[in-house]
Amino acid sequence: MIVKANRTCLVIAGLVLAILFVASLGVGADQATLADLWQGSGGIDLLAISRLPRTLAAILTGAGLAIAGLIMQAIARNRFVEPATAGTAQSAELGILLVTVAWPAASLGFKTLVASAAALLGTGIFLMTAHRLPPTQPFLVPLFGLVYGGVLGAAATFIAWQADLLQYLAIWSNGDFSGVLRGRYELLWIGAGLVAGAWLVADRLTIMALGREASIGLGIDYERMLQIGLVIIAVISAVTVVVIGIVPFVGLVVPNLVSRLMGDNMRATLPVVALSGAILVLACDILGRLIRFPYEIPVGTVMGVTGAVLFLLMLFRRPAHG
Amino acid sequence: MIEINGVSLAYDVTNILSDISVTIPKGGVTALIGPNGAGKSSLLALVARLQPLQSGAITMDGLSVASTPGKVLAKKMAILRQDNHLGSRLTVRELVGFGRFPHSRGHLTAEDRKVVDEALMLFDLDDLSGRFLETLSGGQRQRALVAMAYCQDTDYLLLDEPLNNLDMYFARDLMRSLRRIADERGKTIVIVLHDINYAGTFADRILAMRNGRIVADGRPDELITTDMLNTIYGFEIPVTTIDGRPVALPFR
Ligand SMILES: Nc1ncnc2c1ncn2[C@@H]1O[C@H](COP(=O)(O)OP(=O)(O)OP(=O)(O)O)[C@@H](O)[C@H]1O
Ligand SMILES: [Mg+2]
Repeated sequence: MIVKANRTCLVIAGLVLAILFVASLGVGADQATLADLWQGSGGIDLLAISRLPRTLAAILTGAGLAIAGLIMQAIARNRFVEPATAGTAQSAELGILLVTVAWPAASLGFKTLVASAAALLGTGIFLMTAHRLPPTQPFLVPLFGLVYGGVLGAAATFIAWQADLLQYLAIWSNGDFSGVLRGRYELLWIGAGLVAGAWLVADRLTIMALGREASIGLGIDYERMLQIGLVIIAVISAVTVVVIGIVPFVGLVVPNLVSRLMGDNMRATLPVVALSGAILVLACDILGRLIRFPYEIPVGTVMGVTGAVLFLLMLFRRPAHG
Repeated sequence: MIEINGVSLAYDVTNILSDISVTIPKGGVTALIGPNGAGKSSLLALVARLQPLQSGAITMDGLSVASTPGKVLAKKMAILRQDNHLGSRLTVRELVGFGRFPHSRGHLTAEDRKVVDEALMLFDLDDLSGRFLETLSGGQRQRALVAMAYCQDTDYLLLDEPLNNLDMYFARDLMRSLRRIADERGKTIVIVLHDINYAGTFADRILAMRNGRIVADGRPDELITTDMLNTIYGFEIPVTTIDGRPVALPFR
């Protein structure tokens, strides 16, 4: 019965994403409709160089961020944390900023590597602290995360100001797909690989969410799983910051909404979380392209509003238990 | 056989366990009793390698719990902790199914499903199997956790106060089930109990702890005497005999 309901969720999410995918290919400032694209040969170029990469980037970003949020919540054993606010994204930002100051000519790949390392360190510190906070006060963890992320973000702003790099920081701080072209977004596929990796260890992640003792009791190498989870969270966040910029709320609201519907057995929920994250980000990007057509609103801004509304709904419509 | 040899444990400067050495042979039910703070949960956590050993050694069928891979030990022993904070929204069936993880590594076979069904039946959970844990009563949740440990189907079962939250019917039912799997399948069960009369009725052997030491060790009829109970708990408990068994009456 449950298995059937879960499959329904998966199918619906898949269909919605397919519709948005086609819609996204048809919307853009250049006013070419899908029909035009189909006929003219120039249209194919537009599709291949700009709209398809942009659509794929939105899907990869959304799926990656939602999974990073899911894993972070499982490891922190707290539903109110996500990489974009709890210091992971800010650490990545700090990392790429520092490498840009120290070595402006470094390749994008190298900068991503440094950003990932910084995100790993920043997230490690956050989780170590989170595990020390008393489990009886669940709101301490996200509160600490907010302060921690805020401090790191402020440090980044200060350094950027000193180095006269504030306009770069603005790009990393607010996610935007308008600059995505073929050849400039492919790093995001790393996130897809990590999502697939998370799927392989889904059962272990579910058990990890039951706590360290339950994990050890069931024969899981808890420390090693912690490291694997950290790497997935950090690298997905870092790649997103470098290529797109910070997109808030995806990692927070998507796992929570799916958990409401389907529970926390990640073997079942992980694909739905990934698809729903992709749907949310792609929908927000399409919205951002349409609201002030032909001008665009960055996805980070649209998501800030949409995500906040979803988050409030989530808070005020709590299930009867828990 | 569980061999505990010279095990001590201290937090900061406080001694929690002092040089404990005891052997629990294979098969049978051993009850661990003692006042609050005696160190029962701490000892069980060390045996179940949930905490690193500070000194001494613990082996299980000759395997050191400190150095044997976790995967191997998870097929040897299952542990139920005294406190379990489960924040996850899992159904009863999903949770109990995770007890099979050491065997299935995630993909439940037909055989695994059979064990899960059997556990759900045994602990009267079949009607609740589709419910999320957070919607259960305290006793129902406790039964789900016991069923999960049972599903691990290990030679050794370590249970820290499994009777918590259970009503009289299910408490008796659980003790009888444990007795049966010890007798019929040769499982070794170590169980922390506060109700001395359950220990007296169902255990083969009682280990009593106080202040981090084992202060008494023997058959129920040897331990359940007013003198012995005074040594363990520090107050006068009348003991009477019903149907040839000693029964403690710590009520007045
Ligand atoms: N993490 C800890 N830090 C410091 N002291 C601890 C810690 N855990 C347990 N203790 C102390 O160790 C002693 C033994 O605790 P333990 O939980 O083993 O007792 P217990 O026999 O299981 O008691 P109960 O019947 O209340 O469950 C207690 O005095 C307790 O205060
Ligand atoms: Mg205890």
